[in-house]
Amino acid sequence: MKGVALLPESASDFAQKMDPLFWFLTAVTVFFTLLIAGLVLWFAYRYRKGSNASRAGAKDTDLRLELAWSSIPLIVGLITFVWAAKLYAQVYGPPPENALEIFVIGKQWMWHMQHPNGIRENNTLHLPAGRPVKLTMISQDVIHSFFVPAFRIKRDVIPGRYNVVWFTPTKPGKYHLFCAEYCGTQHSLMIGTVYVLEPAEYEKWLASGGEMRVGQTASSTGTTAGVATASLVEAGEKLYTQLRCNACHGVKDGTRGPSHYGLYGKKVKMKDGTTVVADEDYIRESILRPLAKVVDGYEPIMPSYEGLLNEERVLQLVAYIKSLKKPTQVAEVRK
Amino acid sequence: MSVVVAKQDGARHNYLNVSDTVLSWLLTTDHKRIAILYLVSVTLFFAVGGLLATLIRLELLTPQGDVMTSENYNRVFTMHGVVMIFLFLIPAIPAVLGNFLVPLMVGARDLAFPRLNLASWYLYMLGGLLATWAMVTGGVDTGWTFYPPYSSSYSTSQVTLTIIGAFIVGFSSIATGINFIVTIHKMRAPGLTWFRLPLFIWAHYATSIIIVLGTPVVAITLLLVVVERVFRLGIFDPQLGGDPILFQHLFWFYSHPAVYIMILPAMGVISEVIACFSRKRVFGYHFVAFSSVAIAVIGFLVWGHHMFTTGQSVYAGMVFSLLSFLVAVPSAVKVFNWTATMYKGTIELRAPMLYVLGFLGLFVIGGLTGLFLAALATDVHLQDTYFVVAHFHYIMVGGTIFGYLAGLHFWWPKMTGRMYPEGIAKLAALIIFAGFNLTFLPQFVLGYLGMPRRYHWYPEEFQMLHVMSSAGAALLAVGYVIPVFYLLWSLRNGALAGPNPWNATGLEWKTDSPPITHNFEETPIVTEEPYAYDNHHHVVEEEEVAVGSGASHAKT
Repeated sequence: MKGVALLPESASDFAQKMDPLFWFLTAVTVFFTLLIAGLVLWFAYRYRKGSNASRAGAKDTDLRLELAWSSIPLIVGLITFVWAAKLYAQVYGPPPENALEIFVIGKQWMWHMQHPNGIRENNTLHLPAGRPVKLTMISQDVIHSFFVPAFRIKRDVIPGRYNVVWFTPTKPGKYHLFCAEYCGTQHSLMIGTVYVLEPAEYEKWLASGGEMRVGQTASSTGTTAGVATASLVEAGEKLYTQLRCNACHGVKDGTRGPSHYGLYGKKVKMKDGTTVVADEDYIRESILRPLAKVVDGYEPIMPSYEGLLNEERVLQLVAYIKSLKKPTQVAEVRK
Repeated sequence: MSVVVAKQDGARHNYLNVSDTVLSWLLTTDHKRIAILYLVSVTLFFAVGGLLATLIRLELLTPQGDVMTSENYNRVFTMHGVVMIFLFLIPAIPAVLGNFLVPLMVGARDLAFPRLNLASWYLYMLGGLLATWAMVTGGVDTGWTFYPPYSSSYSTSQVTLTIIGAFIVGFSSIATGINFIVTIHKMRAPGLTWFRLPLFIWAHYATSIIIVLGTPVVAITLLLVVVERVFRLGIFDPQLGGDPILFQHLFWFYSHPAVYIMILPAMGVISEVIACFSRKRVFGYHFVAFSSVAIAVIGFLVWGHHMFTTGQSVYAGMVFSLLSFLVAVPSAVKVFNWTATMYKGTIELRAPMLYVLGFLGLFVIGGLTGLFLAALATDVHLQDTYFVVAHFHYIMVGGTIFGYLAGLHFWWPKMTGRMYPEGIAKLAALIIFAGFNLTFLPQFVLGYLGMPRRYHWYPEEFQMLHVMSSAGAALLAVGYVIPVFYLLWSLRNGALAGPNPWNATGLEWKTDSPPITHNFEETPIVTEEPYAYDNHHHVVEEEEVAVGSGASHAKT
């Protein structure tokens, strides 16, 4: 039996904000448990059969009491609700602009991380302390859940859609990464380690090239340090050309397909009159199931890439399409 | 309670000795006999679920998987959940105590549809046996929640058979629910107005409404998993064009209210027992009655609190969180009213009352730890950890099982005509209370530390708390086994109970123990409020009660 933990590490801004709420609720729980247990035991003793304590004035209803013990739990509940909802809106809300963006793919039974500069990791994740991190996550098979207890964050990793969570690691160290959603035989071995490094250390780690890079074959054993061969965007660009996406999606809106330049974050009008914000999920869906949402003014002629691309490659394409800036800027650069 | 009661006649037949052929039991339409059939069957399934729990706690003694393979561990915890929830916790109190007592308490000869009642037991057995068959032919490894796409596209275990079993058991619940609703509406004895009903009846009424409205939803949802699994029709699996989150909405739309299906009947038992052994009317009768209804209604609107981490909209999360705090209020109201019932009562700590005190303590902890999970930010950390496991065991074991055991001891003399042995029954209650807390208190700490649920292997720093939990489970097992022996012993050797050994109010105590087949010689007529215990209604008699010279029941 090695070590006994009683309090979890606290290593993110969210952990520091959540813990006071946890202890507040613990205090509420202890208080009311002792109150009820104390009253029950005291009554059981004082009014035991055979005791001569006075029973005069015993009542069986009292509206003021009922109102009091309805409203006290209600008030405690509402305070907790507001407190907790604010924090929740933050951790699952939009991340800050300067957040480090990392993609996570869950699959039975491993975690695959993809850094923007091309570094790939399996079951480990290196992060700098003090900088917000945005995780964009998807599963390749069943539902998983990305859980780092020391950060107090958890987000389900679901097939078919991106889920986002963000946080700021605060304390350098080595922390557990767990899969929290039951995902089959080796669920309890779908675990990993998050390394939070001092910013300088992190730069060194980045420069060393981490573990694996896009463009090299993934090997679980080999640690190939070296210069990045391709960033996520570069890998995406290569794929974009290979798949000939540019045949229909040019710098400007064409007759066969709309342009991808400046698409990310834009509001797009659909054939059916609805409007969709072009986020990662929309881009992904349009690659895999192009007929689900057809842009106004275009015919539903795009072939589906479902089954032809794994989530990793879809991510590369999404990263590349996100990187395409407004036509004017890019057109100038290209010329 | 003033009632016209039949004359007692010791030599006469009762529902048990009226016939003793096997067929007379298998074809009975007597609600009391069906209750006994259910009692035997739910006890057997409880034993199966308990054995599976034992295997889980044995495996978790060490961080490595050494007792069994991961594959088997996943099957064991899944089947523990399936058996305990579908085959024990949901039917236990309604189908055993409710079946036996609802007609007696409302002064009826039987439930409204006696043959439907028998059919419900056969459906239950059929579903239970299919689930058992699935278990012995490979088992199922999806978790009792059957989340797709794992359940529909990935698991190679007996998902289909188990789901069909659960589907069929659902119909047995629905049959029982319909029977209770109709009986409570249409078959109350003359004078038994809604606000003269025992709170046990109110609780079962609220439960029946949830059963009838909720069960069809889970039945069809589970069937859709089978459809996707067998015919590869895309409903939940995104690779087939489905939506896995849709399943969770549909599943929890039933399965959260199902928690109230399990706990409300136990709350009904608590009201009866606490009034009897405090010799006082339940404090705030109307508030306790309507809080059951409030729980049933609001309980249908909180399902999304199981999904705070799935990626549902932040605003949807807020609405579900707010409603979850609201649904906690009626439960709190009940606890305060029960506590107030004891104030200035004349309290006798018989075994059923010990279970009630245990219930109060454990339900308060279970309920308050629910606030951590209703609160959005803390749920992000605690969701799918042992904190959740501990929380729902406090509600389901500390709540439902303590309520069930309180009720079983309280009405055992009515059901069998014999008293259970008091001393050893109290000892067992204390052992169960101690064992339960030792098992599940450490799990709250484990959850806060981050130990995920459904883990076969776990990091070494969690071992100490797991060992404590397993030690508690051993004690708990001892506590569960003891009643089996003394209750069976009491069938032949227990003291004769007589019609009303507790001097309790309520129509079920106005007839023989065990009751005759048609419950009452003449339809009783009710002219008084419920829980008309002496020292409440007759202040003059208070002194007499207080000095313990016998709490004789006022008869008119």
